[in-house]
Amino acid sequence: MEKWADNKAWFLVLPVFVVVAFSAIIPLMTVVNYSLQDIFGPGNAVFVGTEWFKEMLTDTRLHDALGRQFIFSSLVLMIEIPLGILIALAMPKKGWGASASLVTLAIPLLIPWNVIGTIWIIFTRPDIGLFGVGINSLNLLDVPFDHTARPSYAWVTLMAMEVWHWTPLVALLCYAGLRAIPEAYYQAAKIDGASSWAVFRYIQLPKMRGVLTIAILLRWMDSFLIYAEPFALTGGGPGNSTTFLSIYLVKLATGQFDLGPAAAFSLIYFLIVLLFCFIFYQALLNVGKGEKTS
Amino acid sequence: MARIEFDQIAHSYYPNPTVASDYALKEINTLWEDGGAYALLGPSGCGKTTLLNVISGLLKPSKGRVLYDGIDVTDLPPEKRNIAQVFQFPVLYDTMTVFDNLAFPLRNRGFNNTDTTRRVHEVADILDLTPDLKRKAAGLSADAKQKISLGRGLVRSDVAAVLFDEPLTVIDPHLKWHLRRKLKEIHEQLKLTMIYVTHDQVEALTFADQVIVMYEGEIVQVGTPEALVENPRHKFVGYFIGSPGMNFLPCTLEGQNARVDGVTIALDPETAALGAKARGMLELGIRPMHMEVHGSPVDGGVPVTMKTVEDQGSFKILTSALNGHTLLSRVPEGHPVPEKQAWLKFPPQRTKLFADERLIR
Repeated sequence: MEKWADNKAWFLVLPVFVVVAFSAIIPLMTVVNYSLQDIFGPGNAVFVGTEWFKEMLTDTRLHDALGRQFIFSSLVLMIEIPLGILIALAMPKKGWGASASLVTLAIPLLIPWNVIGTIWIIFTRPDIGLFGVGINSLNLLDVPFDHTARPSYAWVTLMAMEVWHWTPLVALLCYAGLRAIPEAYYQAAKIDGASSWAVFRYIQLPKMRGVLTIAILLRWMDSFLIYAEPFALTGGGPGNSTTFLSIYLVKLATGQFDLGPAAAFSLIYFLIVLLFCFIFYQALLNVGKGEKTS
Repeated sequence: MARIEFDQIAHSYYPNPTVASDYALKEINTLWEDGGAYALLGPSGCGKTTLLNVISGLLKPSKGRVLYDGIDVTDLPPEKRNIAQVFQFPVLYDTMTVFDNLAFPLRNRGFNNTDTTRRVHEVADILDLTPDLKRKAAGLSADAKQKISLGRGLVRSDVAAVLFDEPLTVIDPHLKWHLRRKLKEIHEQLKLTMIYVTHDQVEALTFADQVIVMYEGEIVQVGTPEALVENPRHKFVGYFIGSPGMNFLPCTLEGQNARVDGVTIALDPETAALGAKARGMLELGIRPMHMEVHGSPVDGGVPVTMKTVEDQGSFKILTSALNGHTLLSRVPEGHPVPEKQAWLKFPPQRTKLFADERLIR
């Protein structure tokens, strides 16, 4: 390769450097900066080293929030992924039914997130909400349903909201994956006498691996970072029962103005999300890969 | 194994077909004998695949009945018909090993493990897949993948027929020849009924005992490779089969002779007699290899102007003009080639007459 005499071409990369610097690197480094200082006010900060990290790693409230976050995200994945696949399998393949179901599925995805929280507050209200009034009129529960009354009620409401909100995304992705399977696969399966379970297990599921990887990653990250909906619906309560990581973080940073610990917490949070995305990605990438040697 | 019969089969992809062109298959009555090797030959879009899918049951015909050994199976789905079909592009179960792929059709039908293993190994041996049996199918080359698809088609020894839908399209040329030989061998060994769809005449003529030529949703001729070359029943068979295809010249009859733009060409008395009774537009047809090329005037020779010569190695193709009509003739290598003017002889035995595109007989 011939070497160029001057390196002016590097200036063409400059706009990207500037955009990335302002959108990612500078904010991130600011957070790193905060996490190493105790900030008393503007221009009044003391360097504290790793003290905030130590404090955050031993904070029991953070541990509790992290635990809740894991349970929430795992439950969400376990419900949304199979449900999304089932919906995609049941959707019509062509005609007006296909368009109608696509539009219907897309509706929850188009609503602003805090509006969704408000919709569900009204939906589950025990005095006027369709769900709240409906379930209470059945008289099945010892304590009348009200999502602020009990942690379990708050969780059920949150889960239902999350599933309602995001299963359509999984279903749409799976639907796209299913439509991409050539007709010959189904024809060959018929000729081979495969049962519909075998068609799902050996054709549809493997062919959906790509879209499922995306669906799982997106849903994991999004549910792990959930903020707007529980903030609008429960505000983290009752007690701390729905205080997830981001809600706790915002309380710490803007409620108590503990910028140093909040910054340290943010970095730990970021690393956890990154780590799990990496693990899922590797796992899904390698599942069913061909063994090259006997 | 079975004898497969089409009773007035017609199929249209439109819900309410009205005119003939709405039909992908126009009324077809035909018979595939048990144990025969058949090729379905025709250009793209002539209905070959549709016909194959009607046999296997992937497609229910709009009209007519499909009979296996005299039993009506028109309403049966493919899995109940006991038939095997290999598609144009490899269809694999990616997550399975090669062995499991081959065993899949057997296991779905409840074969026990010993039988399954034995059959899979037999088929793998025939197709040279034995070293790959334990590998995952997904990582293999296109050739190997298509061999697995072929293997899945051949693994059941009790099938009514094995249908091939242009199975060698994705295979390398040298391997194509090898696999075609393999298929022929398998046919001779197992006496399975095989129906092979292709648009490649070489493939059709080498594979099959009987070639079925299709054109615009109709079967225009069923016959041995020799019959298709010597006696094409339809103008389409004439120019589709053979390299190059048949010459056609519009003509009129004058006693024992045909007249093409004022030029007289002698005919076989039998052909001329049949032609006199025929209705419709008359055309004279002759294969390029049957034409005699002379450099000087001969008795019965038709004078033509030479245009181009194509040397194909073992033979030459000469293009000449007769009053604006282009004529191709094929001469062996070493045969003298006239420069500007040539005289062509049309051997009466080889000169055929067609009325409205169909052979007069």
